[in-house]
Amino acid sequence: MSPPIIEAIGVGRTFRSRAGATEALRDVSLSIEAREFVSIIGPSGCGKSTLLRIVGDLVEPSTGTVRVNGKAARQARLDRDYGIIFQTPVLYDWRTVTENVRLPLELAGRPHAEREARPRTLLRLVGLEAFAEHYPWQLSGGMQQRVAIARALALHPPILLMDEPFGALDEMTRERLNLELLQVSDETAATVLFVTHSIAEAVFLSSRVMVMSPRPGHIERVVTIDLPRPRADGMRAATRFFELVTTVRESLHEDPALARDAAPPDMRRP
Amino acid sequence: MSSLRQYLPAAIVLAAGLALWEAVVYAFSIQFYLLPAPHVIVRSLGETYPVLVEAGLYTLTEALAGYALGCGGGILAAMAASRSPAFTDLVLPYAIASASVPIIALAPLAIVWFGVEQGSKIAIVTLMTFFPTFISALRGLSSVTPPALELMRSCAATERQVFVKLRLPHSLPFVFTALRACTTLAMIGAVVSEFFGGPVKSLGVYIKSTASLFQTRQAWSAILVTCALGLLFYAAVALLERLCMPWRGEGGET
Repeated sequence: MSPPIIEAIGVGRTFRSRAGATEALRDVSLSIEAREFVSIIGPSGCGKSTLLRIVGDLVEPSTGTVRVNGKAARQARLDRDYGIIFQTPVLYDWRTVTENVRLPLELAGRPHAEREARPRTLLRLVGLEAFAEHYPWQLSGGMQQRVAIARALALHPPILLMDEPFGALDEMTRERLNLELLQVSDETAATVLFVTHSIAEAVFLSSRVMVMSPRPGHIERVVTIDLPRPRADGMRAATRFFELVTTVRESLHEDPALARDAAPPDMRRP
Repeated sequence: MSSLRQYLPAAIVLAAGLALWEAVVYAFSIQFYLLPAPHVIVRSLGETYPVLVEAGLYTLTEALAGYALGCGGGILAAMAASRSPAFTDLVLPYAIASASVPIIALAPLAIVWFGVEQGSKIAIVTLMTFFPTFISALRGLSSVTPPALELMRSCAATERQVFVKLRLPHSLPFVFTALRACTTLAMIGAVVSEFFGGPVKSLGVYIKSTASLFQTRQAWSAILVTCALGLLFYAAVALLERLCMPWRGEGGET
């Protein structure tokens, strides 16, 4: 079996401020194989975004080690082994859609021909070729997040890190983007680490769902999602889908507030 | 693009205002040396414009030179200061305090230091425009959001790339807000400095000497020239702003 593409061993993180120390993560270990789609779900403030940032070397762990793509997390970042998508699109408003997608190529000093061609290919992939010369403020929230996905894919990264990317979108847009994301991750053969607080989204997208406990966060349970691939919209109505949603929700039961807003009303009935 | 129709209401207000002015002067038989009617000012402008053009150019040169030095220096200083947050915290309170000092009060001293010619006026305008530009540019350069920086970091960007591709473009709206406000400051600085002494062929001295001789219509025509130059200056910078920030198209935030 090939070595894991993302591996965390005993990762902990404590934030210190004037108000005192906050232990965000405690002893988190995980191992993700190449081409897996793994979601991390947990109550607000459980440190799931911190965990994602530690994998991306945007936050240093206080304890433990992280290896990404067979190297230290820092080296993986410097080698541009991952693309990241944040909660907000984080588009630079002085750049057109094309120029935003081109940014990673510029930063990596890629040749001119690639800087021209790659954004076009990616905008076709996310269905935004008609908006190539628009500025971010001219796009809807869903379209902006598609641009962010295209930008994250610019350098063909083997890994995608996604931090609640669809959290700010309406339900319909979110479901459409879920399908598009699955298609994109299949086409690009990327490994995805996906942070969310929506149970249905986590189950629908993932091959495995990691359930985190409240602060200090650690992985409480890992649920393997055995729904067939590729996923299709109809699976949201399958019995197995509801069973898995229930399993994940019960793993989260310490935080009833989360289970309540993550599940549509009809799924709460026994 | 803005159409002529957009400016129609403003033009009507201007015309109405001038008509009212004329009417008031005649209705109350106001002495011409107290408040000349607009048509009298315009006629006077026609007679004295060779002098006014020369004086206007002289004063405008001072304003432009001081503006370039002050704003340019402010931007460069902000770039240097933004490299060190500790230094920024050290100088920013003083910069903000000095922005509220009435620098024009130094004008008589500036004449002692830099002479009665253009040097002293340029020095005052430089000082008046330096601090507002410095503060705005520094705010712009250092107010980049954490996610925008995280994105750069995730792409393994160098410090230089972060500066050129993120901090600099992010600061442009802040810088141009200061640049626009400083056009007004520069004109005020130049004209008011001249009140404290300067050659006869400058707007400030011309306004002061004609007014003190009750040659009110000449004073008014010089004030009119000052206003026109100030507006042109402002419009030129506003145009430059549009050219430098094409992403702020119509419908965008301003």
